[in-house]
Amino acid sequence: MTRHTSYPLFDLAKANVPDDLCPVATEFSSMLPGDWRSMRPVVDRDKCVKCAVCWLYCPVQCVEEHPAWFDFDLKTCKGCGICANECPQRAITMLAEAI
Amino acid sequence: MTSAALETPHQTKPAKQRVILCEGNEAAALGVALARPDMVAVYPITPQSSLVEHLAKQIADGRMDADIVDAEGEHSVLSVLQGAALAGGRTYTATCGPGLAFMFEPYFRTAGMRLPIVMSIVTRDGLAPGSVWGGHQDAMTVREVGWVQVYCETVQEVLDTTIMAFKIAEHHDVMLPVNVCLDGNYLSYGTSRVELPDQVEVDAFMGVKDVNWHAALDPLRPMTVDPTTGGPGGKGPSLFVRYRKGQCRGMQNSLRVISEVHEEWAQRFGRSFAPLVEEYRLDGADYAIMTLGSMTGAAKDAIDEACDAGKRVGLIKLKTFSPFPVEALLKSLDKIQALGVVDRSVGFRWNCGPMYQETMGALYRLQRHIPSMSFIGGLSGADITVGHFYRVIEATEKLLTGPAPIEPVWLNERD
Repeated sequence: MTRHTSYPLFDLAKANVPDDLCPVATEFSSMLPGDWRSMRPVVDRDKCVKCAVCWLYCPVQCVEEHPAWFDFDLKTCKGCGICANECPQRAITMLAEAI
Repeated sequence: MTSAALETPHQTKPAKQRVILCEGNEAAALGVALARPDMVAVYPITPQSSLVEHLAKQIADGRMDADIVDAEGEHSVLSVLQGAALAGGRTYTATCGPGLAFMFEPYFRTAGMRLPIVMSIVTRDGLAPGSVWGGHQDAMTVREVGWVQVYCETVQEVLDTTIMAFKIAEHHDVMLPVNVCLDGNYLSYGTSRVELPDQVEVDAFMGVKDVNWHAALDPLRPMTVDPTTGGPGGKGPSLFVRYRKGQCRGMQNSLRVISEVHEEWAQRFGRSFAPLVEEYRLDGADYAIMTLGSMTGAAKDAIDEACDAGKRVGLIKLKTFSPFPVEALLKSLDKIQALGVVDRSVGFRWNCGPMYQETMGALYRLQRHIPSMSFIGGLSGADITVGHFYRVIEATEKLLTGPAPIEPVWLNERD
């Protein structure tokens, strides 16, 4: 069970709320930033020195640590490119996603 | 109190009510205090400022148990109240003119989220030319945004309607924000005798508060309020239409609820106000003039004089302007042969008053042609006197036999 679904969800029907009253959502959308990303960061593992600058700057905290390099969780990476811009080793390249 | 009220059977019921002397802004604040809101958020602006001062005094003196937020602007005022309403609070604010303009973004959203927030508009004319005086231009400008809007005629009606507004807004078949419009200058600072309802009676009238049963900021009922809805595909179009249709249904329901709440108010407190449309000496009249707000007092005096002089003229006053009470208005319009509509604001697109323009829409459903004309008066604090209304009556009378002018008549053009 995920953290979110551990709460009881509000049941509009049980609360007798008409379905045309106020727009509310009680089902969580599975859409993550990775679904609409147009560029993806790719790490050159030879250049990465694990300085963690990308980890510091990533606005969505999608940087993952591996034994010898840092990589990205592509489900949550939105492709903003801040990591590539900030990397002192120039180890990150932004590649266009296939359309 | 209106003459129509004196003829109602409810007048006989005695009620223990203290009589005081106060201005319209204080009457609104006293009404708010009696309705026991949980939060008021305010930003002062002429001619609403003394209303805010009276509210602050009610709280400082311990007569009102509400949080008051002195926000940095009207946009924040209404945003604060949206949060408070979603958390289950009864909420109130007041503004006008430029303040209402600054509030527009959350103002639009309040109706869509069906939050029963009550807001007085102490009506003020639009800028420019520079004006700090009364006029209906501000409230008229936002008449298409989905708030229920009612206009008061007297200081007593301001107090009573402010309390009733909460009950109308929070009715489960309505769930819409309500504007109580009181004319800047004429009602805001007009001081008159007011009967103050008893707190216990008002508590019984208001019933149990339940304002966030449909959408809430509540950890026990997790939900996203107002998520992005619509778009060109998927469930979007039908979802968006569903909520818009629901909003329109709430507006139409409010016509019934406004009438019911006014009826209950009359039963309980002995003061009766026409909820939607008031007729004054209309039965037997050949033609009528139509008014809105505080100007109606002078208009009724003019009608009395004209009727005494043998003219067959009556008066139609709108109290509820949004939603436009088409059915109720048609019943009154069906009694007459010619109509003159007096507006305290300008409809720039149609070169006439906004109420005249809306009434034209209603007249189309009458299936009978009634010659009519538009009068615009009382702009930016100007007075519409009995003399002005006499001119309105005479010009409207001429419609029975002559052509109807296309151009509006500007009542204060030579004042």
